[in-house]
Amino acid sequence: MKLLYAWGAVGCIVATSTAGDVLLSRAMKQVGDVGELRRRTGVVHVLGRILRNPNFLLAITAMATAFYAMLFGLSWADVSLVIPASTSLTFVTNAFAAKIFLHEHVDHRRWVAAVLVAGGVIMLAL
Amino acid sequence: MTFRKYLVLMGVAVFAVIGDSLVSRGMKQTGGVTLHHMSGFLLVVLRPEVALGVLFLIAFFACYMAALSWADLTYVLPTTSVSFIFLTLVAKFILHENVTTTRWIGVLMISAGIGFVTQGPALTAHHEPEKHLATASARTDP
Repeated sequence: MKLLYAWGAVGCIVATSTAGDVLLSRAMKQVGDVGELRRRTGVVHVLGRILRNPNFLLAITAMATAFYAMLFGLSWADVSLVIPASTSLTFVTNAFAAKIFLHEHVDHRRWVAAVLVAGGVIMLAL
Repeated sequence: MTFRKYLVLMGVAVFAVIGDSLVSRGMKQTGGVTLHHMSGFLLVVLRPEVALGVLFLIAFFACYMAALSWADLTYVLPTTSVSFIFLTLVAKFILHENVTTTRWIGVLMISAGIGFVTQGPALTAHHEPEKHLATASARTDP
């Protein structure tokens, strides 16, 4: 039964991590290169801009949910199952989400990379 | 890509490994968590290992945000998966664990994936920064 709960947690981690990554990526692109902005306007100004971005706040909510789902998952199953399974699946779902929602140019090179990394993470867990 | 940007990507990889390991260790000492004991579940972040792990995860998050401000999500994620390779090398050469052939194949696959993605550009989609921020930047631009 604990294994079933663990896989439920993995599903929750994948869904909320993907949502969080996409929202965070969108937020940070709206803010701009933080290194460059920090030099121009200062840390406080950049932090203020980030914290006021609605996509950032939504991303934090999604990632906090993913974090607590991970804590649940780790209490039910080994780290060698929960982390690689959720991470590898998130690589693939993020590639789809980035193409659809962020309009990134996910060419064959990036698809191959996502699948290779996802496969590699599974192999590490075996 | 500048050296500073490679350092940021490295920070994403290293801090994530340390943070995840510490949180995992703390959770294992806590034991099973159930929905009937939510107060204990929320207070688990006060455990030293979990708290330290959370600090490393905050450092990871700062680096991750910085990386996403100048690179695509589909570039940052595979590139920072170098953390799995670090973890395997640490297990083999520092912790002297037995790393099986399957795991070495996994390391090779991840390395190949990183090789593929780093050959391309870091940013492909065109994004306009927020207008008010761009204006503020332009005002302070020498």
